[in-house]
Amino acid sequence: MIDSAAGLWWAVVGSGLYHGVNPGMGWPLAVSAALMTSKPGSLAKALGLLALGHLLAMLAILLPFSLMTTLVRHESTIRIASGMLVVAMGVYLLINRKHPRFLARVHPAKLALWSFLAAMAHGAGLMLVPIYLGICAAANLDSGHQAAQTLMTGNLSNAIIVAIVHTVAMVIAGGLLAIVIYLWLGLRFLSKTWFNLDIVWAISLIVVGLIGTYSGVIEQ
Amino acid sequence: MTIRPDQTFHATAQLAMQAPVEKYGFTVMLSPDGKQSDGIAVVDLDSESNTFGQIVHQVIVPNKGDEFHHFGWNACSSALSPLTGHAFLERRYLIVPGIRSSRIYIIDVKEPLKAKIHKTIEPEELFAKTGYSRPHTIHCGPEGIYVSTLGGAGEDGTDGPPGIFIMDCETFEIIGRYEMDRGVQDKHYDFWWNLPQDYMVSSEWGLPPQFENGIVAEDLLSNKYGHSLHFWDLRKRKNIQTIDLGENHQMALEVRPAHDPKKSYGFCGVVVDTTNLQGAIFTWWRDDDGQWQAKKTITIDPQPADPDDLPELLKGFSAVPPLVTDIDLSLDDKYLYVACWGTGEMHQYDVSDPMNPVLAGKVELGGIVKDTKHPNGKDFAFGPQMVEVSRDGSRVYWTNSLYSTWDDQFYPDDEGGQMVMARVGNKGGLELEKDFYIDFPKGYRSHQIRLEGGDCSTDSFCYPNV
Repeated sequence: MIDSAAGLWWAVVGSGLYHGVNPGMGWPLAVSAALMTSKPGSLAKALGLLALGHLLAMLAILLPFSLMTTLVRHESTIRIASGMLVVAMGVYLLINRKHPRFLARVHPAKLALWSFLAAMAHGAGLMLVPIYLGICAAANLDSGHQAAQTLMTGNLSNAIIVAIVHTVAMVIAGGLLAIVIYLWLGLRFLSKTWFNLDIVWAISLIVVGLIGTYSGVIEQ
Repeated sequence: MTIRPDQTFHATAQLAMQAPVEKYGFTVMLSPDGKQSDGIAVVDLDSESNTFGQIVHQVIVPNKGDEFHHFGWNACSSALSPLTGHAFLERRYLIVPGIRSSRIYIIDVKEPLKAKIHKTIEPEELFAKTGYSRPHTIHCGPEGIYVSTLGGAGEDGTDGPPGIFIMDCETFEIIGRYEMDRGVQDKHYDFWWNLPQDYMVSSEWGLPPQFENGIVAEDLLSNKYGHSLHFWDLRKRKNIQTIDLGENHQMALEVRPAHDPKKSYGFCGVVVDTTNLQGAIFTWWRDDDGQWQAKKTITIDPQPADPDDLPELLKGFSAVPPLVTDIDLSLDDKYLYVACWGTGEMHQYDVSDPMNPVLAGKVELGGIVKDTKHPNGKDFAFGPQMVEVSRDGSRVYWTNSLYSTWDDQFYPDDEGGQMVMARVGNKGGLELEKDFYIDFPKGYRSHQIRLEGGDCSTDSFCYPNV
C-alpha cells in the first residue's frame, strides 16, 4: 500500500503544500517584498526566488540518494538507513528547540539563498527522501530488472521530477496565502495565521522516517 | 515558546497603534547616591483603575550602586520578521542594565503586580565575554537582544572602544560582540535600525570619565564629547558611513528612525551647540545614490537668565540652554517629542515633512530658571527628561532625572523623582493631565519608562504600513 506509486506522488504534492503554508519556509517574505516595493510584481518575483532556493535544497538532498538507488542489491538497506536518518533529524529538532540563528544573518534581499538555507536547516529535503525512495522502488518493481544505466537515468529523472512537483505545490500553497494576505486580509492576519509548527514539523520528519524504515524492513 | 505569536507583536506600526492601550508602565527607580538599591516601579496606567497613576509594585534589586538608566524588552514586534520565521517568543522580560555597575538584571513582568528578578548577569561575565562595560540601550534584533555599551574594558572603561554586544533572547547568555568592522567609531550611546532595509544607526555621548563623575566643562567647551552618527550594514556588522555633525554639536544622543520600515529617514537629538547654546534635532536620511545625509532641521534657542539663577556651570553664559536630552517619535511618524531638560519644556513637533518640522505643542514644567509647577500645584524637580509615547499616540509620559551626577550640577538645589503624563489633542497640542503625577519614594529619582505591550522607542516593525 505504501509503495503504491500514485499514493506516493500525492505525498510529494502534500509535503509541498505543507512546506508552502509554513511561514518558516518563507511566504511572509513575499508579502513583505510586495509591500516594501509597492509593486505586486515583487510578490511573484520573491516567490520565484524562494521556490528556486527550495528546489535547489530538495535536489541537494535527493540527487545523492538517486545515485545510491542504483545499488539495487542494497535497496532495502538504503531505505532503512535513510529512514533512520530522517527520524534522527526529527528527534534532533525535537530536542534542540533553538532556532537556527544564522538564518537571521542572511541579507533580506537574498531570498533564494535564505530559502535554500532555511530548507536545509529544517530538514525539508530529508522529509522527501523516504517518499522518493518509495517511488523508485515502485518504478523498479514495475519494470523488473533493468540495466543499471537505465535505472540510474530513471531514478535521476524521478528525483528531479519529485523536487519540481514538490516545489510547485509549495509555491502554490505559500503563494496563495501570501496573495490572500496581501490583497484581502491584510497584515493583521499574518500574526493570526502564524502557528508554531516546530513540534509538528519534527514529528512529521519522525513519522515519514519511520514509514520509510518500515517499508525497507518489510522488503528485506 | 508559544503556539501563537505574542498578541503584543504587530506586523506594522499601524496595527500596534490600534492595539489595546497600555495598563501598566515600568519606570526606573534610581538611588543617586547609591544608599538604597535601585529598582523598577510598576505604575498603574489604567484610567479606570482605583490605583491609576500610582506605583503599585516595586522590584528592588539586592545590590546597591547599579544606577539604572535605560532598559528594554526581551522580545518585540521584530519577532514577526519574515526572515526568522519564528515568532514564538513572549514579551515577558525586561532587560535592566546598571550603567554604573555593568550588572544586568532580567526581570520577569509576566504578571506586573508580581514582577520579580529572573536572572542576574554579573559584570565580570560581561567584561570577560565582550570587553565592554556600562551597558545602555536594549533592542530586540535579528539574532537576539542587542545591547549598546558606553565603556570599553578597564577600570575607567577607556581600554578599547565601547560597542554593542548580543545576548540570547531566551537563555540571556551573552553571546559576544556585534561589530566586525567599527571603522572610526570610538564612542557610543544609542542605536536603532530598519530591519527590512538592513541598516543601523548609532550615536555618541562620551567616554565614562566624561560623564560618570559629572559633566567635564573643559571637555565640553573644547568639543570633546561625541558629535557623529554612524551608519552600519546591519547584517554585515560593518560601519559603512560616519557623518560628523560638526564638533560644536556636542552629544548626539537618541536615534529615532521612522517606524514605517519603508521610510529611510530618522532623527537624532543633539544636547547642546557650544557656539550658541542651542539644542538641535538633525534629520538623517538616505539619498537616491544610497549615501547617508544629515541636516539640522530644528534648533531651540537658549533663554537669557540672571546669573544668580544659574548653577556654577552656567553662570558665565547668562543664559539657560535647552539641553535636548531625549526625543521620541510617535508610531505614525507624525509627532516628534523633544525634552528640553534645561529650560523645562516639552516640545511637540509635527514631522510629517521630516525636513521641515513645525512646532505643534509645548508644555512648560520644571526648568533651571522657570521652575514651572505642575497644574496640580506641586513642584517638578529638574526638567522634563525621558519621554515615552503611548502606542496610540494619545498620551505622553515623562520623568525628570537625566543622570545622577549631572542632575546635581545643573540643578544643585533640586531633589526627587517624578513621572507625569500629558494628553495629545486630536490636531496636535499637548496638555498636562492634572491627575497624573507620581512622586517617587524618598531618595529615588526616575529615568526611562517602558509601557506594557510596547511603546514608541521599543518595537521594530518588519512590514510597512498599508
